Amino acid sequence: MLIKTRDDGFVHPRSSEITPEGVYRQRRDLMRLMAGGAAGALLASWAARDARAQMRPVKLPAQKSPVAGAVTLEKPTDYKDATSYNNFYEFGLDKSDPARNAHTLQTTPWTVAVEGLVKKPGRYALEDLLRRSALEERIYRLRCVEGWSMVIPWAGYSLAELIRKVEPLGSARYVEFVTLADRQTMPYVSSSVLNWPYVEGLRMDEAMHPLTLLAFGMYGEVLPKQNGAPVRLVAPWKYGFKSGKSLVKIRFTETQPATAWNVAAPQEYGFYSNVNPNVDHPRWSQATERRIGEDGLFSRRRKTLMFNGYEAQVGQLYAGMDLKKYY
Amino acid sequence: MDSTRIHRVLLGPAVKPALWVGCLLPALWLVYAAASSRLGANPAEALIRSTGDWTLRMLCAVLSVTPLSRLLGLPALVRLRRMLGLYVYFYAALHLLCYAGFDMGLDLGDITRDIAKRPFILVGFSAFLLLTPLALTSWNGAIRWLGGKRWQALHRLVYVVAGLAVLHFFWMRAGKHNFAEVQVYASVLGALLGWRLWRAVSGRQRNRTAVGRQGRDPGLG
Repeated sequence: MLIKTRDDGFVHPRSSEITPEGVYRQRRDLMRLMAGGAAGALLASWAARDARAQMRPVKLPAQKSPVAGAVTLEKPTDYKDATSYNNFYEFGLDKSDPARNAHTLQTTPWTVAVEGLVKKPGRYALEDLLRRSALEERIYRLRCVEGWSMVIPWAGYSLAELIRKVEPLGSARYVEFVTLADRQTMPYVSSSVLNWPYVEGLRMDEAMHPLTLLAFGMYGEVLPKQNGAPVRLVAPWKYGFKSGKSLVKIRFTETQPATAWNVAAPQEYGFYSNVNPNVDHPRWSQATERRIGEDGLFSRRRKTLMFNGYEAQVGQLYAGMDLKKYY
Repeated sequence: MDSTRIHRVLLGPAVKPALWVGCLLPALWLVYAAASSRLGANPAEALIRSTGDWTLRMLCAVLSVTPLSRLLGLPALVRLRRMLGLYVYFYAALHLLCYAGFDMGLDLGDITRDIAKRPFILVGFSAFLLLTPLALTSWNGAIRWLGGKRWQALHRLVYVVAGLAVLHFFWMRAGKHNFAEVQVYASVLGALLGWRLWRAVSGRQRNRTAVGRQGRDPGLG
């Protein structure tokens, strides 16, 4: 009798016998959940929550971006980390809260109002915004003001594309971004942590910079709710909080917008909030950062780069400015 | 169960070992969770914050021993105070070690600069320094060596530590206006210190009315 072994490397399993990678990964997740499940019903609700957070949304294909500096070669952060460690205060103050709570966010229908000093104001449906320009994949470093960083593959297009189409007036010097504040679906909007809605802003030249991204997706899929679905801003050379999530209004103004964190703690968070290793936060140093998923417990924190490594692209926007004063 | 029976249970030989293990469990869990990647995306931050949280919890526990033993009439509880106190120091030391190791890479120069530069770190570090002589004099010999009165006066430093610990936590959360948990610890510790203050003041009044009789120690504990 011929005993077949697979040791010789010539007899391969039929392709139907090979477990697809996605399936065995799910099995591993399931095993991990079950291993914890012995601890009782409390963990079962945890598992349900994890499952909800792990549900992968709709695909959103995008072409590699031709914009200078838009695609870092660094290793993207694990999807799981990027979608379970978030600051989105409307859904809770702990970084694990948004993944747990943001499922209530209603993203359809969604419109973004364009207002203020602009020739073509109006309300733009998400579908219209998605069609305005070709989606590009941009792999950006994300540096949080708290001293950690990630690398995220976003999908979107330069905000400048939209700004040009709505034709701002000559008097428009700033752009204000207003994000959703819905008491029905966002449990922490009634808290006194910040003034709601969360407002952010950029100077016009910052908003027009090709790196400033209007993002609709990440990791090749539409944005998960905890990451600011369905449309958000990404300004990669600024601390993460400058990039408003779940945008509902873009307003062109002559005066500098009163931005949420600047109003809440002006001595800690400036309007500009450019990533700058030489200007410390009053309570911690900004000279170094911990890359989530990369820098282990015992490895040293890595050096933070000026403008988060985008100095070549954005440095000239701040030529002659005292960045210690305009932090 | 009436209080004499609870009292008898508290005097049992298993109580101290059980408390010792119970207080160690959070630390063991953190080690296990760190080793098996259960601390989320930022394990360093999780370890620093959890050890800080447990320091505050132990501080609340140790400061509630005297009031509880008086209010419930359970003097046997006082037997457990020293161990809880040492656990405050244990978690505070872990907290400091996690900060020094994970955030500062054990670079003494960086740590010294950080402490000098940041009041919020300085306050936390001072609290740890103030706890050190308390931990060092926690054994019976030290009480004899110092004398009961002086030993007790020294150990009242824990009230200052409680204030500094809350200030440290408040400062850490101040930038984000996230005070819900700070309020919890501040009210618990405030109540526990307030109770002592109230007893000290009313004790002094009692003493004053009893002129001629022997002065009584207000017994801050």
